[in-house]
Formats: sequence, C-alpha cells, structure tokens
Amino acid sequence: MQVPILKQGAYLIATVQSALTDEDLKQLRDALVGQVSKVRARGVIVDVTALDVIDSFATRTLRDVAHMIRLRGAETVIVGIQPEVAFSMVKLGLTLEGVATTLDLEEGLRYLQRSGKRKVQEHEGRPHR
Amino acid sequence: MKGALIADELRVSIDSDSDIVSARQKGRELAAQCGFPSTELAVVATAISELARNIVRYAVRGEIVLRLIDNHGGKRGVEVIAADDGPGIPDLTLAMQDGYSTSGSLGLGLPGVRRLMDEFDIVSEFGKGTTVTVRKWKR
Repeated sequence: MQVPILKQGAYLIATVQSALTDEDLKQLRDALVGQVSKVRARGVIVDVTALDVIDSFATRTLRDVAHMIRLRGAETVIVGIQPEVAFSMVKLGLTLEGVATTLDLEEGLRYLQRSGKRKVQEHEGRPHR
Repeated sequence: MKGALIADELRVSIDSDSDIVSARQKGRELAAQCGFPSTELAVVATAISELARNIVRYAVRGEIVLRLIDNHGGKRGVEVIAADDGPGIPDLTLAMQDGYSTSGSLGLGLPGVRRLMDEFDIVSEFGKGTTVTVRKWKR
C-alpha cells in the first residue's frame, strides 16, 4: 500500500490511508527523503490519523524520517496520532523524542509556517536594541 | 490464570512482514467481538504486532494463535500465543530487561508487551524455539 505524497506550496504532505507493512514504511521513508530534495521542500507532514497501531518499527521509521529530513534542511511534523495509539505507544515504552507532533493537519501546517518564520529571523539575525 | 476457550481459535501463520499486519488486524477484530473498548483494542493489536515481528526477525517463521477465553468466573478475555521453532532465547532474564536487544532494534519488545497485557508467559528453549502467551481480560 503506497502512501500518496502531495506537494502543497513549500511543503510535502504524506497521508497514510491504511495499515502499513514494514516494507511500506521503508518505502515511505525513502520516498520522502528523496522528494524533499527534488522539490526543495521546506517542510514535511506525515498524517498518521488512519493508523490504528504504531509499533516499535513504525516509531523508529517515523523518527528516522524526521532526522533524515532535518539533515536535508527541512522540518517534519507527524500529525494525527490517535489517543488510543498514543496510549499503547507510551505503555510499550516508545517515544518520538526530537520529532515534532501536532494534533492534526491544520496544526501541522501552522507549525511549519511558524518554524519557517523562525528560521528566516535567525538567518537575518536579531535586531539591535 | 488459565482460561477456557469460548470460541473457535484463529491461527495466523507468520512468515513475512505483511503477516504481521494481518495478525494484528485479526486480533483486533477478535477483541472487538469480545467487547473491549477501543483503547484496549489498540493495546492488543500493538502487542500482537510486536510478537509477530519478533517471529519474523528472529525465527523467520512461526504462528500466532488468537483465542477468546473465559476465566470460569464470567470474565472474558483474549489470549495470544506466539510460537516459533526458531533459535530460542539464550538468556530469558536478559531478554526481559528493558533496552536489551540482539538485533540492533529498540530492544523494548518483550518487556513492553508485558506492560501492555495483563498476563505474560514465556517458554524458550535454546535451539528449539520460543512460545510467548499473553492475555488481556475485559474489565
């Protein structure tokens, strides 16, 4: 089951639509890391609202995606982790440390817009008092 | 606490990563039949996913057996048996410690599964295979 990746402005949005096998997850990772460079995306959103299980492999792959994309100079946000999925992940001892997460797609876009602005400010330097 | 089987058991053979997905989906369906709330369905499905992945990763192939059980006192639950005839686990005490792994994974598999479920049982014989039995009771 391939995950469609849409380009929206400076962002890539991958919307997971059904359960993913380990192989599907690896494909998604490789596709996202490849496409970020190809389309010069500034941010990536992975929408996992449809996932009813995020186990150790999925967690590790999502974390890898975020870290790889950061090394390419873009930001990743994982959006839509369901409450029962979050509960199971924590019980299992899984964290997405160092990875941005938001409630839903809308919040994810807002997060990327804000972090984009922050980057520009950092680049221009702080104004002198 | 051993439970009595109250319906036909479901057997899912595990030998590729797509079997991991079908095992956890079938487990979720079975737990839903039993009337578990959605949080617990995710818990059961996640535990099955971890157990099935251990089979694929360490033993290549094996089987997940899913059963609806009764504790003889009217309490219902789901039992998951993950069995393989793979290499076995040489040191169970070590394998049950958080952070231990021999395959470079997160190493949270078994202790994490134990935290997710109500009951956890493991039998492993070096060179002969491993059987993990877990149960979740409906509250």
